Amino acid sequence: MKPFRYVRATSAADASRLAGESPGARFLAGGTNLLDLMKLEIEHPDLIIDLRDLPMADIEETADCGLRIGALATASAVAAHPAVRARFPVLARALLAGASGQLRNKATSGGNLMQRTRCAYFYDPAKPCNKREPGAGCAALEGLNRNAAIFGQSTACIATHASDFAVALSALDASVETVAADGAARSLAVDDLHRLPGETPHIETHLRPGELIVAVVVPPAASGGQVYRKVRDRTSYAAGLASVAVAGDRIALGAVAAKPWRARKAQAALEQGRSPTQAAEAELADARGCGGNNFKIDLMRRLMVAAIEEARG
Amino acid sequence: MTDMELKVLSEPVSKASFDLVVNGQPRRLEDLDVRTTLLDALREQLGLKGTKKGCDHGQCGACTVLVGGLRINACLSLAVSHQGDEIVTIEGLSQVGALHPLQAAFLERDAYQCGYCTPGQICSAAAMLAEWELGWPSQETADLAAPRTPLTDAEIRERMSGNLCRCSAYPQILEAVRDVAGPA
Repeated sequence: MKPFRYVRATSAADASRLAGESPGARFLAGGTNLLDLMKLEIEHPDLIIDLRDLPMADIEETADCGLRIGALATASAVAAHPAVRARFPVLARALLAGASGQLRNKATSGGNLMQRTRCAYFYDPAKPCNKREPGAGCAALEGLNRNAAIFGQSTACIATHASDFAVALSALDASVETVAADGAARSLAVDDLHRLPGETPHIETHLRPGELIVAVVVPPAASGGQVYRKVRDRTSYAAGLASVAVAGDRIALGAVAAKPWRARKAQAALEQGRSPTQAAEAELADARGCGGNNFKIDLMRRLMVAAIEEARG
Repeated sequence: MTDMELKVLSEPVSKASFDLVVNGQPRRLEDLDVRTTLLDALREQLGLKGTKKGCDHGQCGACTVLVGGLRINACLSLAVSHQGDEIVTIEGLSQVGALHPLQAAFLERDAYQCGYCTPGQICSAAAMLAEWELGWPSQETADLAAPRTPLTDAEIRERMSGNLCRCSAYPQILEAVRDVAGPA
């Protein structure tokens, strides 16, 4: 691990200000992804801003029967919360489908959204990766791309976002509350948080320098069933090859793009009375494989149909 | 924590001195490089070698310890971030002079071969049973609304998936955990 300086933030605004002043800084929340990447020297911050003392771990029910989840609430705490289990089962299911018991006790809600890709080439400093080293090239294009994106990829990057939580939040129309380096607060839809790679895959979100996620806000659940289905190489403790979150008439797809992929074409097809199969095909008409991951298009078609039918009961 | 230490940590530092509570005893770490993980601090600074370093990337679970009663991977946590926390390692799991019931069950069921993953397995299983007692669900839980799901074999396997055993003593580990948990 490269040397860094360590500091404790005393407030969210203090953390943002410090990060805004130090372009090489990283926030430390659960650290389960960041410390792993720091050991590999893929992340090499010169300043770690530890958020541990900030009172941002509460999970509150809002007056309108939605939720406000503090950015430091752990995956375990969110998945075990009675209101989440009763009214937002898609969220509990998504969290329980990820990582291990140990990791879920440490990994936070904000950190979950900010985690980096699991693309093998991002993790391998011996291979070119535009996300790790802008301009270096992308070894995944011609390499082992079995788990690469099928939506929204570019010639610079075909990596996917690994979060299950973000996929469920997208289907729930959730947003994040942030505080910026100048102290300004704002709200951003989860669907608008992450960027597609384009020519700058190293810029992964629309957050500004130093901007900190302080909470995730989930509006009241829409009527209709909620389902999270995930397919992976092992039945436990593995990243997804494809996942689907359904919350009422809203559908989001995981492990297929650099962001949770909101399936608006499928939703529109269902609203027009089309079948789940037709809805899946409407969405997947735009999907493109790059060789090793072509199977994900068929896999996702079947998974979407199964999840939509399950949600309809 | 003294005022001086608090002040030090509100200014960026590359070394820090602070206290932890390990297995019920206050332990002090002096001038520790802030890069030091909780795992390395336990093993190298505090001499508690029961907690093992396997993959060092949060994938194998050999470094599992309890922080505030919750199991975590000590390899993916900075020691300095645990200032003041109560940590229990395999050395502190048992009462003086007696094995923890899980330790006895692992012996009885021969739930290891090389033994390297065993401290992590046992710490993980102890905390896993506490999580289940609290009613926490898992991926295997059919009814999320149920206050506490039956602890089936499938539940135990799922809840223990963060601990790998390269000798593949999984059937015996399941039997040992089952012995302590009681019938589903």
